[in-house]
Amino acid sequence: MQAIDTKNKKSVIFGLLLFLLLALFVINISLGSVYIPAEKVLKWLVGMGIEKEKWHNILFNTRLPQSLTAAFAGAGLAVGGLQMQTLFRNPLAGPSILGISAGAGLGVAVVVLLMGAINGTALSAFGVFGSVTVTMAAFVGAMVILFMVLFLARKLKNNAMLLIVGIMVGYASNALVGLMQFFSTKDDIQAYVVWGLGSFGNVSWEKHQVFIPVITLSLLASLFLIKPLNIYLLGENYAANLGLNVKRSRLHILIVVGMLTATITAFCGPVAFLGLAVPHMTKNLFKTADHSVLVPAVMIFGAALALLCNVIARLPGFDGTLPINAVTSLIGAPIVVSVILRRRRLVD
Amino acid sequence: MNKTTKQQLLSLVNLSVGYSKDDALHSDINVSVNAGEFTCLLGPNGAGKSTLIKTISGFLPKVEGEVWFGKERIENLNEQKKAKLVSVVLTERISVPNLTVFELVGLGRTPYTGFFGKLTDTDVQKVYDAIKAVGLAKFAHKSIDKMSDGERQKAMIAKALVQETPFIILDEPTAFLDFPAKIEIMQLLLQLSRDHNRGILLSTHDLEMALQIADKIWLIGPDRKLTEGVPEDLVLSNDFNDFFERDGIHFDKHAGNFKFHKSVQKPIQIVGEGIERCWLEKALNRIGYIDSNESNDLKVELRKDDNAEIEYQLTKTGLSQNHQSIQSLIEQL
Repeated sequence: MQAIDTKNKKSVIFGLLLFLLLALFVINISLGSVYIPAEKVLKWLVGMGIEKEKWHNILFNTRLPQSLTAAFAGAGLAVGGLQMQTLFRNPLAGPSILGISAGAGLGVAVVVLLMGAINGTALSAFGVFGSVTVTMAAFVGAMVILFMVLFLARKLKNNAMLLIVGIMVGYASNALVGLMQFFSTKDDIQAYVVWGLGSFGNVSWEKHQVFIPVITLSLLASLFLIKPLNIYLLGENYAANLGLNVKRSRLHILIVVGMLTATITAFCGPVAFLGLAVPHMTKNLFKTADHSVLVPAVMIFGAALALLCNVIARLPGFDGTLPINAVTSLIGAPIVVSVILRRRRLVD
Repeated sequence: MNKTTKQQLLSLVNLSVGYSKDDALHSDINVSVNAGEFTCLLGPNGAGKSTLIKTISGFLPKVEGEVWFGKERIENLNEQKKAKLVSVVLTERISVPNLTVFELVGLGRTPYTGFFGKLTDTDVQKVYDAIKAVGLAKFAHKSIDKMSDGERQKAMIAKALVQETPFIILDEPTAFLDFPAKIEIMQLLLQLSRDHNRGILLSTHDLEMALQIADKIWLIGPDRKLTEGVPEDLVLSNDFNDFFERDGIHFDKHAGNFKFHKSVQKPIQIVGEGIERCWLEKALNRIGYIDSNESNDLKVELRKDDNAEIEYQLTKTGLSQNHQSIQSLIEQL
């Protein structure tokens, strides 16, 4: 009977989360520097059109793509973080733990800083062309690191070793970026720093033609990893004894998380803490370790939290929109601290 | 059960384990485990028990020789097949927040479940049966990180049960447990081998427990060839002495346990009978005296006093004293 009760409870929480996600999505589209009445926005959203051409443009070309970016990025980072925490059995693992987002940063640094230092003009000054180049560079950088990690994953038997290598690769990338900054002009460094602050607002409809399909595919692929993730809860040895091909499953998980992190970082910049904090909040909320609940739940929760952060970043008064990284870190850091404190109590 | 119907579940042929050929920890291992047989792998810490267990489980590559599960060599088994032949319970502590006993044990059904790992009604029934069999029925929906080490180990055994393998390997399953929990787990395992005809291989350094329960013992020690036999034969052939004895520790063949050597033993004469005498003698042994009829000047006699209570009369160089307890007696000595 207890099992049925908890099942009902979980369905209710799922329903509430979905409602929250929808509400935050609408709020995201309704709020902005230009005031558009909420009822008009709702009508527009259900396809009833809107009087002013200008309003339509703002809603369709600015707010809708940005909200979609936030939702998909949030879902992707959260499910990536969950998988890393389970695979490495480490509560402090996140999607950036393998150095993939550091690799993206390195790629961007090469384009923004190195090119600037060599040519004398930074690519970021080239408007749309510059923005596409930066995204490409970030993606290439992330992919290089991802392939390195995958290559090592085939060689290394032990997950802990892989984790250490990933962290070290991240440090090395950051060191290279630091080195490039030393030789760069103030403007280029400024451009790099701005990229590093993260934003959900840089993904246009053209970019969405890549962003949404890649993230959607990776999210669907995560659903297919539910069984191996559950088995991984018991650690590699037990997992192997239960019939799991440990190395192959690990490779699958790394590819999915790698694609998510690489794509999201390339398009939005490094977004901190979401991928780390959301899995913990979701586990606390559902009081379960079962990935058939957690995987879909962290996606919804992650999307909702990213939308909430996006709203906070654009609250009236912060007219120019705050850097998203500042908001996610301010929300994420206390959660991570509470996790550590709770862990300690368990150990004591 | 007669000998011909015994089904061989595991056999090791000329097996070497360790890290490389030149540096093998143990070599020429030739032993087997049959269905319904409880085998203990016994040896002091650092003897290589874990290495052997991990090699048999397939977590470490073997150095040389063959490992057979029934009629299949370990190399020819993929993960899926192996998962249905052998299950393991390891030393490592599993602590996952919010993972319930039911979910943990349910993972034992992994080799039989479909793509998403969903349990069928039959699976669910089997999981509940196993949880009941290990005595955790009340805690089925309790989170394992809120349970004691012993309960958690029982849950892991239930996991091995629902895996429905003919052979179960346990690596020091009782290492972290207190004495009653140890006994409970061992009896549970013994019952499994008897009632369900499972073959069990368990590593331990607890000699007394192994002596009482094991059908067969594999003795292993650093730089010694693995010796196999039924416990009683090993006792009689001095093998326990050879494997475990060090300075100051002596294996008592009569009692089947270890005793501390006392360098100097003083003679004392003990007169009396029954349980009180037995414990009196233990106490005197502990403080370095040994029962001897030749002792003329030291004697303890068990007597009943006027109220029919036991008292201990100590006679020391002709002077007698009465003591109400062993404590006050040995304080006098």
